[in-house]
Amino acid sequence: MIYNDTIVALATASGAGAVAIIRVSGADAITISDSCFKSVTAKKTLVNQKTHTIHLGHIIDDKRTIDEVLVSVFKNPNSYTGEDVVEISCHGSVYIQQEIIQLLLRKGCRMADAGEFTLRAFLNGKLDLSQAEAVADLISSDNEASHQIAMQQMRGGFSSEISKLREELLNFASLIELELDFAEEDVEFADRGEFNALVERIGLVLRRLIDSFAVGNVIKNGIPVAIVGEPNVGKSTLLNALLNEERAIVSDIAGTTRDTIEDELVIDGIGFRFIDTAGIRETKDVVESIGIKKTFEKMEQAQVVVLLFSAIEFKTEAARLKVEIEKIKNRLPLKPMVIIANKVDTLDAAELERLHTEFKDVHLLSAKTGEGVEELKNKLISFVNTGALRNNETIVTNTRHYSSLLKAFEEIEKVKYGLENGISGDLLAIDIRQALYHFGEITGQVTNDELLGNIFANFCIGK
Amino acid sequence: MFNEEYDVIVVGAGHAGSEAAASAANMGSKTLLITMNLQNIAQMSCNPAMGGIAKGQIVREIDALGGYSGIVSDTSAIQFKMLNKSKGPAMWSPRVQSDRMRFAEDWRLLLEQTENLDFYQEMVSGLIVEGGKVCGVVTSLGLKIKSKTVVLTNGTFLNGLIHIGDKNFGGGRAGEKAATGITEQLVQLGFESGRMKTGTPPRVDGRSLDFSKMIEQPGDVSPEKFSYLDVTKPLTHQRSCHMSYTSEKVHDLLREGFDRSPMFNGRIQSLGPRYCPSIEDKINRFADKDRHQLFVEPEGWNTVEYYINGFSTSLPEDIQFKALRSVVGFENVKFFRPGYAIEYDYFPPTQLKHTLETKLVDGLFFAGQINGTTGYEEAASQGLMAGINAALKVQERDPFILQRNEAYIGVLVDDLITKGTEEPYRMFTSRAEYRTLLRQDNADFRLTPKGYELGLASEKRLKRMEEKQEASEKLVQFFRNTSVTAEEANPVLIAKNSAPVKQQGKMFKLFARPNITIDDVRQFDAVEEYITSNNLDSEVIEQAEIQVKYSGYIDKEKNNADKLNRLENVKIPANFDYSKLQSMSLEAREKLNKIQPVTVSQASRISGVSPSDISVLLVYMGR
Repeated sequence: MIYNDTIVALATASGAGAVAIIRVSGADAITISDSCFKSVTAKKTLVNQKTHTIHLGHIIDDKRTIDEVLVSVFKNPNSYTGEDVVEISCHGSVYIQQEIIQLLLRKGCRMADAGEFTLRAFLNGKLDLSQAEAVADLISSDNEASHQIAMQQMRGGFSSEISKLREELLNFASLIELELDFAEEDVEFADRGEFNALVERIGLVLRRLIDSFAVGNVIKNGIPVAIVGEPNVGKSTLLNALLNEERAIVSDIAGTTRDTIEDELVIDGIGFRFIDTAGIRETKDVVESIGIKKTFEKMEQAQVVVLLFSAIEFKTEAARLKVEIEKIKNRLPLKPMVIIANKVDTLDAAELERLHTEFKDVHLLSAKTGEGVEELKNKLISFVNTGALRNNETIVTNTRHYSSLLKAFEEIEKVKYGLENGISGDLLAIDIRQALYHFGEITGQVTNDELLGNIFANFCIGK
Repeated sequence: MFNEEYDVIVVGAGHAGSEAAASAANMGSKTLLITMNLQNIAQMSCNPAMGGIAKGQIVREIDALGGYSGIVSDTSAIQFKMLNKSKGPAMWSPRVQSDRMRFAEDWRLLLEQTENLDFYQEMVSGLIVEGGKVCGVVTSLGLKIKSKTVVLTNGTFLNGLIHIGDKNFGGGRAGEKAATGITEQLVQLGFESGRMKTGTPPRVDGRSLDFSKMIEQPGDVSPEKFSYLDVTKPLTHQRSCHMSYTSEKVHDLLREGFDRSPMFNGRIQSLGPRYCPSIEDKINRFADKDRHQLFVEPEGWNTVEYYINGFSTSLPEDIQFKALRSVVGFENVKFFRPGYAIEYDYFPPTQLKHTLETKLVDGLFFAGQINGTTGYEEAASQGLMAGINAALKVQERDPFILQRNEAYIGVLVDDLITKGTEEPYRMFTSRAEYRTLLRQDNADFRLTPKGYELGLASEKRLKRMEEKQEASEKLVQFFRNTSVTAEEANPVLIAKNSAPVKQQGKMFKLFARPNITIDDVRQFDAVEEYITSNNLDSEVIEQAEIQVKYSGYIDKEKNNADKLNRLENVKIPANFDYSKLQSMSLEAREKLNKIQPVTVSQASRISGVSPSDISVLLVYMGR
């Protein structure tokens, strides 16, 4: 929070209300807001408006209208922060708030850190010291907690994925630095082909994270859950069991293919979209093996995977199931997964006991009796960053990371362009460092001395 | 013998001491250079070479400011290479192999021609400090010499201890005595001291080597040079280096001596540089590598002595000898001098200000290995900065501090005093966050105006730089303003696999494409004509090429640097008490209290200080 860039955040209290105010502050506050504002009076631009004026219009993302809003313009120094400030009063749904904030982020704003508006107000002479001290406390408490919270929120493999990506990128950066600073040494240098593959992969994962991180996206589309199981293991009974107790938004989503049925339901205020898939049983049949490939694709795309087996199978074909489960786990090591033994009502106590000891992490359930359904719901909820949807603080943290991911993605795209055009390592390094910096904004790690340390640890350097 | 008071006394006449003495004297200070042995001014204690990656840039910077290292490197060079030429211009790094004896002689003769500079040979055993201010030095004979400032550049001499195998003895370099007394006095004055270690390989008789079995490594076909002045000329002929490799057999022979190695039996505790390991360290840490490169470097035009780069060692001399004899081409090798390791005292550089003056004693400056650095170039640049600042202090002028986006020297000094160092500090380009700006081709643009303002760089130097700048800017303008037709451009573009154009356009745009070089655009008639009619030299053309081809990256780094500079302007009052800032992390408070940064920007670079800590600091600093 030390630069004069333009920041954005929700200024009103958390959650849904009648009206929400989004505040933008900084040198480009007015031009950025202008770029996504269309006045009801044609040809009126915010840039040409006087300070302390209010304007009715729409927030527009390209051609799509997000909301009808009132925009207030305050010009420096006569504003809360002392900078140019725009306040957008929009309708209070969390979805609309997030859509507008994310649009502003894409247009060049940065998510404000905790207390940043007030800090700027203080630095511009708008507040006295005692007020500022309160801000300082806020900043520091946010500092201690934020990365930790962030990493906890990013369950479902996200946090480990980000750390892993960062580490790979760091190695990549070390290799680049190695060939720059130690060109005279007898060490192998970075293989550009491998680089390209890595950058490609990082780009893909970032894209996926960006998509899944968009809170609005979650509200809008629901969280994709792949249910993997043979036709007779009780998928529809399970879905019905879940649906029975919840407000269902059953839908026939247009364009879905014949072999996947999507069902949508809301648990604890969060939308889930269930995608039905065939199992992955070994086969020599060509048609079926295409089906298996498709199943894996669906699992890949889903945020959560539910493996559903019949408890009877656990009893009779334990060995085969073990192999099958291992296979799926190995293929998708980071994917949050629930393994369910359905129809436990058909087992006796001894059989249950054996199942329990042999398959420790299997969730026991009977869709028929409702046993274990509640626990399954809790488990599903625990896999998503529900916190983000429940209170404002975490949405902010989350949106901050969303903007870091966007920026990291931008830099990675530049690296990709550089690699394609054979640009030399010292120039690639500029973009790589920038990308690492944005990764660090999420994980809280800094890189400077790490690069050289990495080189010294891994390469025999020195004549 | 010494009744007058000097402005500046420089203790030690290595690379740091020599630059310090020259710069102080050239800025008009009455200066005395004291060294234990006047025969050994500007010795190259280790490899006979100057420059290299990041280091070559430093030598260019020293030259641009008006120091002597660039000139001496040119006059004593026996081979020139521009390293990293295949990379971007920020990576191009000049390096020379040097004639060791001529290097030292040329330095001494230059110093002798320097006005205001006196010489004296003796060991300095203590400082005269009164009321927290340095007032002169005391020699081992008991002489008291008064001065307003003192620059200490003791190198590896402070309580130097040389190790070869299980033998060790006091010394500052092989064959030279160690210096005693100064560390003890400084510690008593409240300084914190530490020990560091470095090493050097054996020197051998070239007549005993079979070069036909080695790989020849000649210099560049078109050698360049360090100094921006035209008093030196590029080499017209050069000497080659050679390369050979160690083998498993060599490694096995070396391992036989491990039990007598001071590195492994615990006799040496202090840290050596990780990027300049001894051969025993290399085969120990990287056991899977079955061979290591050895560079066989001549020590001069005429001498038969050779330096075995890559074979730094403190193993027993018999092991060194036996192992080296197993290297291809070394079957009959004769030793001139065995390799050795040396331990010496240094003072953690966080005890210094950006001027290299100590925080504890007014008027006392440290430069070179005493600050925990390694390398001739690193030492020389600190000597230059300490000499300049000592002179400025005497003249009661503002201190001279280079920022991180202005020079590698700025990065070096800021790293030292902000982060300190645990191992001997060497410059790497990756230490500079704005290396695209800190190029060897523009050190004169960056620094010569400053050097001139200090009274160090001559008017002639400034004029040369201004002419180069003007001519290259005009050439860039020419590319911006001149169009080229599609008919003329397309054959050149197609030959380089670059997309052809449909209509005529400005040359600048085509030139800026990644794979189009100056040689390509010189195929356009207008370009060749402009260059010939304006009689442009290669330096100007190269400068313009860099400005065109890398302008995007240069602008990006400049932008980032400007952001940093905003915080550079936020000064923190002296003796600021961080312990009362409860909102700040404990680690940050402790570090900040210890280092006492001068600006918020410097504070942000201290490890353990987070961006939030900086925000908190800004709040308490007021507006």
